[in-house]
Amino acid sequence: MTNGGVRHGEPLLDVRDLRVEFRTRDGVARAVNGVSYTVAAGQTLAVLGESGSGKSVTAQAVMGILDSPPGFVTGGEILFQGRDLLKLGKEERRKVRGARMAMIFQDALSSLNPVLTVGAQLGEMFEVHEGMSRKKARGRAVELMERVGIPAARERVGDYPHQFSGGMRQRIMIAMALALRPDLIIADEPTTALDVTVQAQVMDLLAELQREFTMGLILITHDLGVVADVADTIAVMYAGRIVETAPVHQLYKAPAHPYTRGLLESIPRLGHKGRELYAIKGLPPNLTAIPPGCAFHPRCPLARDICRTDPPPLYEAGPDRASACHFWRETLDGGKEIFDGAR
Amino acid sequence: MPESYVPKEAIGHGDGGTAALAMGEAESLERAPAAGRPPGGEPTGKPRSLWSDAWHDLRRNPVFVVSALVIVFLVVIAIWPQLIATGNPYRADLAKAQEGAAPGHPFGYDTQGRDVYTRVVYGARASITVGTCATAGAALLGSLLGGLAGFFGGWWDTLLSRLADIFFGIPVLLGGLVFLSVVTSTTVWPVVGFIVLLGWPQIGRIARGSVVTAKQNDYVQAARALGAGNGRMLLRHIAPNAVAPVIVVATIALGTYIALEATLSYLGAGLKPPTVSWGIDISTASTYIRNAPHMLLWPAGALSITVLAFIMLGDAVRDALDPKLR
Amino acid sequence: MAPGDPASVPAPEPLLEVRDLVKHFPLTQGVLFKKQVGAVKAVDGISFDLHRGETLGIVGESGCGKSTVARMLVGLERPTAGQIRYRGQDITRLSGRALKAVRRNIQMVFQDPYTSLNPRMTVGDIIGEPYEIHPEVAPRGDRRRKVQELLEVVGLNPEFINRYPHQFSGGQRQRIGIARGLALRPEIIVADEPVSALDVSVQAQVVNLLARLQSDFDISYVFIAHDLSVVRHISDRVAVMYLGRIAETGTGEQIYDHPTHPYTQALLSAVPVPDPEAREHRERILLTGDVPSPAHPPSGCRFRTRCWKAQELCAQVEPPLEVPTEFRESTGPAHHPSACHFAEERRVVPDA
Repeated sequence: MTNGGVRHGEPLLDVRDLRVEFRTRDGVARAVNGVSYTVAAGQTLAVLGESGSGKSVTAQAVMGILDSPPGFVTGGEILFQGRDLLKLGKEERRKVRGARMAMIFQDALSSLNPVLTVGAQLGEMFEVHEGMSRKKARGRAVELMERVGIPAARERVGDYPHQFSGGMRQRIMIAMALALRPDLIIADEPTTALDVTVQAQVMDLLAELQREFTMGLILITHDLGVVADVADTIAVMYAGRIVETAPVHQLYKAPAHPYTRGLLESIPRLGHKGRELYAIKGLPPNLTAIPPGCAFHPRCPLARDICRTDPPPLYEAGPDRASACHFWRETLDGGKEIFDGAR
Repeated sequence: MPESYVPKEAIGHGDGGTAALAMGEAESLERAPAAGRPPGGEPTGKPRSLWSDAWHDLRRNPVFVVSALVIVFLVVIAIWPQLIATGNPYRADLAKAQEGAAPGHPFGYDTQGRDVYTRVVYGARASITVGTCATAGAALLGSLLGGLAGFFGGWWDTLLSRLADIFFGIPVLLGGLVFLSVVTSTTVWPVVGFIVLLGWPQIGRIARGSVVTAKQNDYVQAARALGAGNGRMLLRHIAPNAVAPVIVVATIALGTYIALEATLSYLGAGLKPPTVSWGIDISTASTYIRNAPHMLLWPAGALSITVLAFIMLGDAVRDALDPKLR
Repeated sequence: MAPGDPASVPAPEPLLEVRDLVKHFPLTQGVLFKKQVGAVKAVDGISFDLHRGETLGIVGESGCGKSTVARMLVGLERPTAGQIRYRGQDITRLSGRALKAVRRNIQMVFQDPYTSLNPRMTVGDIIGEPYEIHPEVAPRGDRRRKVQELLEVVGLNPEFINRYPHQFSGGQRQRIGIARGLALRPEIIVADEPVSALDVSVQAQVVNLLARLQSDFDISYVFIAHDLSVVRHISDRVAVMYLGRIAETGTGEQIYDHPTHPYTQALLSAVPVPDPEAREHRERILLTGDVPSPAHPPSGCRFRTRCWKAQELCAQVEPPLEVPTEFRESTGPAHHPSACHFAEERRVVPDA
């Protein structure tokens, strides 16, 4: 994936200025406010953010599985293989989903149908999309289960989801997502519910399959560790906007947004027993009342007057990277002292 | 151990703790919208409990407003029928038997020449009394037994659940005909008692399930870890969180109990004359449906409206109290 | 106290001594006449000490029994066997008034801030409830003031006393849960995954709060978590659990920098490190398979079915939790209890 020279060509997915809002009893929650990102074949984009940052909502809008109402896409384009998905009819959209792009969810148990055997659920994909006979589809299901590393797949194809362990269920989810050889996989917190040792197995499997089929992968997560392990590019989201994008190495070496910097400073490290952790003060904003100017300003140690009034654009902060901070340069070079001072 | 809980440096300490204090006004959202929950749904203003939230919802629901007005009206005339009916429901004028509407007698007369309008108004009392008393009884008995079964589990649960199954197994109408035909009392109480006896298992099951669910919540465990006794856990932590589904089912049941009373009365097993009841009047009128349909239509209409009002109220209450049931 | 320095272990007399603690949940069949057909051996003989003012971290994957240990410590589960001695007194045998008195001193903070607070009670009622259950701690007239003080201690506005839990965010709710745990001034707080349900930026706030409360009030923590980084950060000593047993225990430095048990090594090496530079040259031990069912744990060493070192001996003889023979003479950090026949030191955590 990151063997340096791989140039990613024409983007597979090009999201432009996407906007999503939720109309609720307590007002309009602006969950996604102008998000743009691209993913090329064979590339892994990690979308990093806390809950409520809009990272999952963006993905749901791309997949076309947004709960509507209350959620509505109010603007932007989702270009997938050159076509704007938002302009497609329901039926065409459905054909893209599953066949060309697939999604893996956090909770495999609730994403699988509890009353159908895994063999039947995997086979159904082939019966519906490729018109295979039941018997042939069953055979393909076994092949798939073997491919994702389920031991004794032939015997277990008739088992129900609850008879598998969490890690195995997540493998089955991956098998379902891969069944029709999609070009893009969106994985929403795929390993969050799993134990560390199993997490590593599942992430490895996902990365390996991505390489094998040269798929684009959008990995949605809050875990800075998982991101560092697999991503090529990172987009950090906060209050429905991308606040920073950068190639993975650069982002971890020198973040260009105070929020990213704060996150990196605030996580305890395995390698040493720390003293007091740096803590980003305050709370993520309520999406029905996002602060004016830069949404992060009430929590930011660098905030000045301009931050309270002018929303920062995505400044180009070097080759392939951008930061939505008026003081990105300061954050990039001298931010460290300011953060230490704020501790 | 320190004297006070507030060490001097705790206030104005530059860490996240006091920062949250400053930020506290801006309530926030940390739950993922991924769960299908719209983000930013947390209210920011004054404290709102479940009940005030429900009330807030109900007031804006036209179904609730209409059915509540109908029910208030019914309750009022059940208590004071004289308010809108000045006549005597028992006064018979055989000369006018089965006659249609006349000035001062908008619904006409029945077979014995009694004023149908007055009888319909007075009939509300029996229906409302049976409905509310039977519901109250069934809800009390059901939530008590169901709640205990759910809370204590084990033998209690097995015993009470089997008992409920036995009552569930009794066919309502057959049971009613058998049990009530031996009763000679002309009051509403035998009917109320019978409905309670057959109605409590339904509410009991709901109460049991809802107590079992509430019992598993961490806050109940937290109270237990603090050393709270069974009484406190049940009354303070479990009951308030388990009561909503019971109320919903009970409100809907009220409508069906009124219909059940009318059915039993129609079959001659429910209320007995001289009690004025829609069911009895419908029963009498059904014989003459060809000659004098008005005798049937008015009490039947009143019954339908009453049952409908309670069921609609139940629906509205369910929507307001338990959004998950929708 | 200096972290990782064995000499700084405080007070010779431990506050809490856990000995051979066992919890088996019976598996039954039949509806009316229940017949025991087996048992889930959630906790199967563990021992540890907790000293005044220290933090013992317990780590392990789901199903290892760490939460059951927590529940037994606070009296939510009755142990099948073994002792929990608080100040020398076995609390598993207590009941009634005596148990209630002990409970005052051992409090719990729960994982999920959304389910651990009663939604029908105001914050003031929630934090004040401990005083209603133990009225001897605070006279009635004093309680409101005490609750407000507690709110301040955990960094919440005391004016929030009449609000309901749903008006708070997850991090704020966890602070309310902590305030409830503090109300009776316990000596021990058992925290079961107290930050794992929180967002990253809020986790740090709560971890700092817990650390500050410890030094302000001299509390001992049993800190249970699956997040190894958080446990290292907050703990003085760490116990690694696998399938109801302690696999290895020692100071933070001993466990994280000098692990000798293969399970600890695999666990540590699997933790994703937030440093992309590390991914190329990091050595990762990938375990195969899943954790076996605690109803049918493997014979001998419980980890042997997933262990790359397993030999015949491991299936026959259960390794005791003691300092392995090869390190018995050593004075280095590898000298700590590890339940493995073939213990050897292996560094798996990259230098920070």
